[in-house]
Amino acid sequence: MATSVTSPDRVAELPTQSAARRGSAFLYRHAKVRLALLLSAPLFWLGFVYIAALVALLITAFWSVDSFTGDIVIDWSFNNVATILTQSVYQAVTLRTLGIALVVTAIDILLALPIAFVMAKVASRSAQRALVIAILMPLWASYLVKAYAWRNVLAEGGILDWTLGFVGLNSPGYGLEGTVLTLAYLWLPFVILPIYTAMERVPDSLIDASSDLGARTWTSFRTVILPLIAPGIIAGSIFSFSLTLGDYIAVKIVGGATQTLGSLVYTNVGTANNLPLAAAIAFIPIAIIFIYLAAVRRTGALNNL
Amino acid sequence: MRINRLSKTLLWAVSAVVLSFIYVPILVVVANSFSTSSTLTWPPPGFTTEWWTRALTNEGALAAISTSIIVALASTAIALLLGTVLSFALQRFEFFGKSTVNLLVVLPIALPGIVTGIALNNAFKTIMGVQLGWATIIVAHATFCVVTVFNNVFARLKRVGTSLDEASSDLGAGIWTTFRLVTFPQIRSALFAGGLLSFALSFDEIIVTTFTAGSGVQTLPIFILDNMFRPNQAPIVAVIAVVMILIAIVPIYIAQRLTTSDQR
Repeated sequence: MATSVTSPDRVAELPTQSAARRGSAFLYRHAKVRLALLLSAPLFWLGFVYIAALVALLITAFWSVDSFTGDIVIDWSFNNVATILTQSVYQAVTLRTLGIALVVTAIDILLALPIAFVMAKVASRSAQRALVIAILMPLWASYLVKAYAWRNVLAEGGILDWTLGFVGLNSPGYGLEGTVLTLAYLWLPFVILPIYTAMERVPDSLIDASSDLGARTWTSFRTVILPLIAPGIIAGSIFSFSLTLGDYIAVKIVGGATQTLGSLVYTNVGTANNLPLAAAIAFIPIAIIFIYLAAVRRTGALNNL
Repeated sequence: MRINRLSKTLLWAVSAVVLSFIYVPILVVVANSFSTSSTLTWPPPGFTTEWWTRALTNEGALAAISTSIIVALASTAIALLLGTVLSFALQRFEFFGKSTVNLLVVLPIALPGIVTGIALNNAFKTIMGVQLGWATIIVAHATFCVVTVFNNVFARLKRVGTSLDEASSDLGAGIWTTFRLVTFPQIRSALFAGGLLSFALSFDEIIVTTFTAGSGVQTLPIFILDNMFRPNQAPIVAVIAVVMILIAIVPIYIAQRLTTSDQR
């Protein structure tokens, strides 16, 4: 870096270099200008592309569609909001979606607890590492491929049908049960990981103390570990809950005729061509998620995400 | 900790069931891609590589793959630029509204994909009057890819600190020289890892894509979704699904190796 030790009067002799040099010196002295330059492009992008789009979505929910031409008309009204609040279809779909989200979350927590416990407290170091990788890998396999995999599993004459055939049962096929199973499958790694992280932080000495005092494995788990990992469980449930509320692809692939909030939004954007109504529906899951987040905020689970 | 043998066996058994719950469906897809049956019958009646040859010469599939690669490259390039400057701003400076900016970066990935999708669809079509196509997919993908680059570079900047940069400027280097010779080499592998993750994220994305792609442009996930419901296309979709798993997992694996080897 020979140039970096040039004296100021030498810089003056080299005008081509001095421009960059002066810019550099100016920026070095003015931290605020540096910050402004760094922030301008990303803030422009996220602010004007994303935030503006979200605000516009909120506004569009108060517009309507000309039933004759199919064009969006700017006439301010609460019609869409009134529609989704009063018509029984929307109430039924909202309740069904909430129900699916709750069952999926419950299944995931029940499946995640034992394996997270094994990973954190039972397995040897090398088995632990292998298990973490085994849980992480499918997280990165495409969402669409995983939903498609369940289309394979649930198919008539497919592997589930074949397996359950040995005990005289059939695959539930494409429908509500299939949707619940598939969604539980899709979000399982998201639920296992925060629970595992929380479980790892529980000191072994506490569990040892509990068993020294005579508690059985199950009692130790229930009275010592469970309260300590509650924030991890809640963090995991936020994933499975909010991801389920917004999903429509899995429902489309394995849901048969099942309708959820997500699929209602999708049909209203596409075939029904009623974007204002779709916008109004889209705010139902957002509202539910915000209520849920506000409810769990005091548990400190949000710091575990 | 001490656990009696029965509980231990039970716990391991449950874990094995959960692991098979995770892996069996993916293995079923792999098996079906070699099945002689064109419905999703189990067990596969016979073995064939016909679907693989047909899928790998299918023009629609090949076009969709190249579309996906172009979209992923373009949005990753934008995400690299925006994510890097953002991580410098948030890691090296203190300013008013910092936590809001932080939230802004995470928001596109924290909100359900359908909200991001419909918001962008509405902004492009209704508000701006733009035709959906290449540009709109790339803009949408770049928006949610910023966070992966940001996370990687931010963590790296936090770890390497500023002492080397300060030493460089104490020795008289200007900020460009310092960036080129000192800062950049330190964050290069984080940029690479973030870029790979962003590529994989964009390559796989389906929800936001269906709302921003319009009818003219078909990415690989959209191709799969379109063909999934066509009778007798099932095995070809299975082949492409297997290919997608491979294409997504390789970059992730490399990115993981890069970040973990750095931490040691």
